[in-house]
Amino acid sequence: MTELDSLVAPTLTFLIFAPLLAGVVALLWPRGLVLDLLSISLGAISLVLLVPLSGTVMGQGPLLLELGGHELPLGIPLYVDGLALAMLWLTALTGLGTAVYASGWLRSVSHPSGQQYRVLWFLLWSGLNALFVSGDLFNIYVTLEITTLAAVPLVALARGREALSAAMQYLYFALVGSILFLLGVALVYAETGLLALPELSARESEAAGPGETIALLAITVGLAMKAALFPAHGWLPRAHAAASPPASALLSALVAKAAAYLVIRLWLGPFEAAWTPAVAQLMGVVGVLGILYGSLQALRQHRLKPVIAYSTVAQLGYLLLLIPLASVVAWQGVIYHALVHGLAKAAFFLAAGNLILGIGHDRLVGLAGCDRVLSKNLLAMAVAGVAIAGLPPTGGFIAKWWMITAALEQGQWWWAVAIGMGGLLAALYVFRVVSFAVHSPRPWHEEPLRETRHGLNRLLLWPPVLLAAAAVALGMTGELLAPFLAVGAPEVSP
Amino acid sequence: MTGWLFSVTAGLLFAIGLYGVLIRTELVRRLLAANVMATAVFLFLIVVAAETPDGPDPVPQAMVLTGIVIAVSLTAFALALIRHFRAVTGESDPEGGDDD
Repeated sequence: MTELDSLVAPTLTFLIFAPLLAGVVALLWPRGLVLDLLSISLGAISLVLLVPLSGTVMGQGPLLLELGGHELPLGIPLYVDGLALAMLWLTALTGLGTAVYASGWLRSVSHPSGQQYRVLWFLLWSGLNALFVSGDLFNIYVTLEITTLAAVPLVALARGREALSAAMQYLYFALVGSILFLLGVALVYAETGLLALPELSARESEAAGPGETIALLAITVGLAMKAALFPAHGWLPRAHAAASPPASALLSALVAKAAAYLVIRLWLGPFEAAWTPAVAQLMGVVGVLGILYGSLQALRQHRLKPVIAYSTVAQLGYLLLLIPLASVVAWQGVIYHALVHGLAKAAFFLAAGNLILGIGHDRLVGLAGCDRVLSKNLLAMAVAGVAIAGLPPTGGFIAKWWMITAALEQGQWWWAVAIGMGGLLAALYVFRVVSFAVHSPRPWHEEPLRETRHGLNRLLLWPPVLLAAAAVALGMTGELLAPFLAVGAPEVSP
Repeated sequence: MTGWLFSVTAGLLFAIGLYGVLIRTELVRRLLAANVMATAVFLFLIVVAAETPDGPDPVPQAMVLTGIVIAVSLTAFALALIRHFRAVTGESDPEGGDDD
């Protein structure tokens, strides 16, 4: 190992423990301004630290860090490859953007639970970073629970009957999901005596018994409940629509994705021996059904936030396409999709939050005319929507391009058709929202637009604009980032 | 030797818990059912620990201990949320089921 390694351990330690400690500070010392500055500077430091970490991963291949110097099989490993790296970048970028936004939002609405929001956000951040770098099944279970325990109260914080009821539903899904996940982990351990992902991946692939297949089933169903993968999506549209805008942005961009991330992380590699190509096709079909169902529901909603939430159900479906495709190009495409969707979805929810702040509600018919008072914000929302739909020149286009290339290369053209359909439907629901907003307000409209004399607070305007811009900018950097993403990509299955 | 007995018990408990989670709508009952499911998994892990040839395996035992901590935290949070939900809405059964 080389000298760069001296930075790896401190970087990963910082990413996990700095937000955790900040959460404790936030709990003990409730100073809004200080905590907002802390949150923003932690986000900025994370981004800076990720640069050398990315260089190391690029230079040395997937990193395996054995905690406390205890070697496998005794120790607990942290594992960073292209996929984990992309998720860490996404967490840092979205986290920073949302932190800036939240500092403005909590002031604008004089949020009574701003303090709790800050504590939960720090804990969530720590849990997510830990989840993305965990290389051990049981450790993943623990980080998944930390994430859940921070995410559910973020929904409940929005107060009101609907938010509480949505949070309750989310909690029960998450609770049963986590028990199923733990059952899967127990079955794997009973069958193999292993928990570390690198060791599970390194096994001879023919040796998977029926116990392992049941384990993978339990783990997948459990994670699907947490990620709201179709058909276990029931809680997501309610919860993500009821939460406050910064919380919705975090939940949609990061939390749901974290569980979906685990599905592809575990299917490719550790459990490769436990499924057959037919099962992989089935997972792809589930993904496509999610894409179609989520998109069609998004087209039918009458309020803005449920549109965005159903869009998340749809967009998560693409991640499952990696399982039947399982090539390096598909791997790049799916990770890129996760990145672009995360940035764009956060931008979308934050911009929607600004609309709600500006006009007092999010009913689509009432958006008419808001382009005059909130033009930049609306533009950010439209651009984010275009990135989600995957139109050029955004990053979403590159992601879909790679996924379609992978599908055609392997003669599995039906996935290419599904990806195209999904893009078309996404374009439809995005343009439907935008067309509501650019309509002229009807003269008899009962609720005239609230006067926004001072315009939007800059802290509220810039995060969605910049996050949407980042989702577009990813359209230019595909070739540059591809080698980073490809680190640790699974070999093409025969 | 008695491993199968405990395994079957764990399976039964899991099924009972799952049934409760799916059928019961009253919030506290459903939470209890989820706890029964979790206990079944813990029991199964203890069987796994005991069944190793060279003495009990500490790894599943450690997993159970951590799992209990997590289950307690989640249950505590869920109870707090249920109380809050009741205080706000005056209901304990959001889906209007009819088990008492």
